[in-house]
Amino acid sequence: MMFLWYLIYEFFKTGLFAVGGGLATLPFLYDIASRYDWLSANMMPDMIAVSESTPGPIGVNMATYCGYNAGFEDGGIALGILSGIAATLALVLPSLIIIIIVARVLDKFQNSVLVDHAFGGLRPAVCGLIAAAAVNVFAGACINTELYESTRAISDLFDIKALILFAVLFVINKKFKLHPIFIIIPAAIAGILIKM
Amino acid sequence: MKELIQLFLTFARIGGFTFGGGYAMLPMIQREIVQNKKWATEEEVMNYYAVGQCTPGVIAVNTATFIGYKCKGIVGAIFATLGVIFPSIVIITVIAAFIRNFLSYEAVGYALSGINVAVAVLVIDAVIKLWKKGVKNIFGFCLFLGALIFSVFTDWSPIYVVIAAIVFGISYGALNSRKADRK
Repeated sequence: MMFLWYLIYEFFKTGLFAVGGGLATLPFLYDIASRYDWLSANMMPDMIAVSESTPGPIGVNMATYCGYNAGFEDGGIALGILSGIAATLALVLPSLIIIIIVARVLDKFQNSVLVDHAFGGLRPAVCGLIAAAAVNVFAGACINTELYESTRAISDLFDIKALILFAVLFVINKKFKLHPIFIIIPAAIAGILIKM
Repeated sequence: MKELIQLFLTFARIGGFTFGGGYAMLPMIQREIVQNKKWATEEEVMNYYAVGQCTPGVIAVNTATFIGYKCKGIVGAIFATLGVIFPSIVIITVIAAFIRNFLSYEAVGYALSGINVAVAVLVIDAVIKLWKKGVKNIFGFCLFLGALIFSVFTDWSPIYVVIAAIVFGISYGALNSRKADRK
């Protein structure tokens, strides 16, 4: 059971020092794998793939998965489940503490001109960051750079099925203003039906 | 208590339908938090997201914690955080315990390709909404463009964008108030 404390300690540390989102936790996880025998670096690619393709923030998924694997090695499914929960809670605990402190500090400076100006600069920049994410997601979903590099045919650069689905979903989303869930689920079904 | 349970359930729904990084949860947040529950405005969500970028931890969790705190204080922050991680714990545990070869099913790959397209549609839509609230003048447009170009063409951490934006925001604000003083 000693390992459970190390697990909690290591994931707390990861949550405390990984700045910049889920993928920023990866170097920390590799570091854990290199120092303890309950987590192996060989499992990492598989865990990343599953974490990226299941719902939920990637960093959180990775923590649950690593925790489960570590516990499972040590004591089977029951300890696996317990360790998965422990690792995840340990990962988010620093966020919880830090965000509460930041929120309180910001409340204090609510009427500060300086904070107001800072956010005035932050909002358009954040908008740009998310636009960049949108560009990347769109490219990942609809553009096929690998195939294009091997064939050099423009028709191979764009994934036609994906582009059509994109256009249909875009129009439906604009027109009916549905809840995002009702865009995601039909898209998954459509993906299966047309074998994307 | 009722509100706390609502916070938990709302963020569980958001966590359960976030495919990808923190940006992927924005469409869900705009719908659930801004439009339906009116717990925060579009501008506030942008502020929280900005703070989430430059504080340690997973961005989606940081944003959830922030909104939870704004609604119901420390207890609210705890419930929102637990809510957003709940689906991950359940889904990943089930996969790790019972369907380790889950990615080798063909249907999963097809479904994910479809979901990726949906996420692209939703995130682009989210950007358009944020743009209307966040980019209001030439100064804002320059920051928007700078952040976009920096982020698409370099692998550097977005923290640099955040820090630069704060510096530019404060200097621009100071410059403007000095101009106003002179008048």
